[in-house]
Amino acid sequence: MTTTHTAVDNGVNVEALLGAREALADTPEIAQFRWRTTVSWVGGTHSRSSVDPFYGFGEEQQHKTTFTYDVDHPLAFAAQDNGITPVEYVLVALGGCLTAGIASIAQQRGIQLRSVKATIEADHDIHGILGADPHIRNGFSGVRVSYKIDADATPDQVKALVAQSQKRSAVYDILTNPTHVTVELS
Amino acid sequence: MLKTTTIVVGAGHCGLAMSRCLADRSIDHVVLERGEVAHSWRTQRWDSLRLLTPNWMTRLPGYAYQGDDPDGYLAAPDVVELIANYAKESAAPVRANTTVTSVAQDERGYLVQTDQELWHARSVVLAPGASTVPNVPALQGSVPVGITTLTPVDYRNPSQLPDGGVLVVGASASGIQIAAEVHRSGRHVTLAVGEHVRMPRTYRGKDILWWMDAAGLLDERYDEIPDLIRARNLPSMQLIGSPDKATVDLNSLSQLGVQLVGRLVGIRDGIAQFSGSLPNMVALADLKLERLLDTIDGWATATGFDTDGPPRRFAATAVPTHAPLTLDLSSGAIRTILWATGFRPDLSWLDVGVFDRKGHVRHDGGITASPGLYLMGMPFLRRRKSTLIDGAAADAADLSGHLAHYLDAN
Repeated sequence: MTTTHTAVDNGVNVEALLGAREALADTPEIAQFRWRTTVSWVGGTHSRSSVDPFYGFGEEQQHKTTFTYDVDHPLAFAAQDNGITPVEYVLVALGGCLTAGIASIAQQRGIQLRSVKATIEADHDIHGILGADPHIRNGFSGVRVSYKIDADATPDQVKALVAQSQKRSAVYDILTNPTHVTVELS
Repeated sequence: MLKTTTIVVGAGHCGLAMSRCLADRSIDHVVLERGEVAHSWRTQRWDSLRLLTPNWMTRLPGYAYQGDDPDGYLAAPDVVELIANYAKESAAPVRANTTVTSVAQDERGYLVQTDQELWHARSVVLAPGASTVPNVPALQGSVPVGITTLTPVDYRNPSQLPDGGVLVVGASASGIQIAAEVHRSGRHVTLAVGEHVRMPRTYRGKDILWWMDAAGLLDERYDEIPDLIRARNLPSMQLIGSPDKATVDLNSLSQLGVQLVGRLVGIRDGIAQFSGSLPNMVALADLKLERLLDTIDGWATATGFDTDGPPRRFAATAVPTHAPLTLDLSSGAIRTILWATGFRPDLSWLDVGVFDRKGHVRHDGGITASPGLYLMGMPFLRRRKSTLIDGAAADAADLSGHLAHYLDAN
C-alpha cells in the first residue's frame, strides 16, 4: 500500500495511464502496439493457444508468464469440450475489456467501486456456420451486456461510467466496427 | 514591399474584432481578405442556414445588436450585412480580394505574400475561419460511381439533389439541419450518427445559450478545464436557429421518418457499413445533456433566478431496435451522400513550423510558439465560446494585449 490518502482505491494506477498518454504527445510512435498469439491444433476441434510476448512502448514486452488457453466445442457438437468455444472467448474479452474500463474510469473520476458484475449474452443462429442458410451470417446477431454495479456514486454517474467504458473499449470497437483481416499460408 | 506592424489574415468576425482591438491600441495593421468581408457567409452557406446564437449574443468589440428581435437568429445574408457594417463602422483597414499565398518568418517578423503584393509585418494574426474546408472521410474513394457526393459547403437546398434517397453522414448542427430539410423535400433520408452533442433549443423558457451564458459555461477557460483535447474536438451542438425555436434532435428526426444508423465506418464492395455503437452514442449524448441541465438547474437554484418554468428532463433518445448495419449503395436506394463530417481551417499557405503531426496549429490559447504569430476562432481556443461570434471580443482583447506586449518588448 502506498501512503497517499486518496479516498478512492479501485486498484487502478490511473497516474501511470495518464503519464503514458502524456508521453505519447512527444513520442507518438510508442503508441504502436502489436498483440500476438500462437495456436496449435491438438485434435478434433480442440486447439491450444498460447499468449506471451507482445510489442509496445517501443520494445518487445512479455507477460509475467506464458498463458495458454484450450479452445474446443461442447459435447452437444459431438466434440470433447476441452475448453470453451471461440465465440465464448469473444464474450470473455468483451466483459474483461469493459470492466477494466469501468474500474479505470471510476478511479479517474474518484468513484469507489464495491462490486461490478456483468452478464453477457450473445445471440447466434448457427445456420450460418453450418452452411445451412446462406442468408444468415456466421457471427452473432446481437450482444447484450447487463451490468450490476455497487458504487459510491449517483445512478447517472454509474450510467456515465458504463457509457464511457464502451466509448474507450478496444473489444467493443472491434465487435461493433469492421476490421481488415488477412489470413495467409506461410 | 509594403510594410505594416500587424497583418490580420481573414475579415470575418474574428479578424475584424482583432482589427478593432488593434486600432484601439493604435497598432498599425491591415486585414487581408481573399474575397469580400464575411466571405464564407457569402459563398459557403446553405440557403436556410441561420446563426445558432440568438441576436442579443451578437456582440463584438464596440458593437452590440440593436434590432427589434433580440431573441431571433440572423439569416446568412443578415450575418453578411452585420459583419460588413461592423467593418465599415470600425473603419477596418480591409484589403478585399487579396488572397494570402504564403506567410513565412524572417529575422524581423513575417513575410506575407499575396496574389497582389508582398508585405512585411512584425506580427501576424491568423483568423482563417474554423469552418472553411469541409472534412471528407477517406472512404469517399469507395463510394460507387453514380452516387452524387457533396458537403455542406456545396449544398444550397434540396432542389439541387437528384431524386431518391440521401445518406447524411454526421449528426452535428449541419447534419441534423440538412437531414430534416432534405427529408421534408420528399427524399428518404438515412442519417449516420457518431458522437454528437444533444441540445434543446430552449429550456425553462429561455434559449439554451442564454443559460450557458448566464451560468458562465461559455466563459470557461481553456487552461481551467480538465480535458482540453476532448473539449477542442467536441462536435458542434445539435442546434438550429429557426424562428419557431424548434429543437431538432434524433427523436424529432426519427418522428419525421429519418432512418437513424450508426457511424459510417466502411464501404466495402459497394456496401456501406455502420457501427453497432449507436445505442452507446445516444446514451453518451443523453447523459451529457442531463449533466448540462443539472448544472443549469443548480445555478438557477443557487442564484434564485426566477424563470418561466420548472426544471424538466427530455425523453431519452429512442434507438431503433434493429438499425441496419449495412446499406447496399449500388441498389439505387441511395442517390446522394452528404458529408456533414466537420470542417477545418484553410492554413495551407502558412509556411511557419507551428503544426503538430496531425496538421493542426499548436498554440497556447491562440499564442503560437512562433513569436508574434497568433491564431483566432478555433474550437475552445481560449474559452468555450471561442467559435461563437460572442467569443471573439474576449479572445481579441486577450490576444491583442499579448501582441502589444510583444511589440513593446521587441
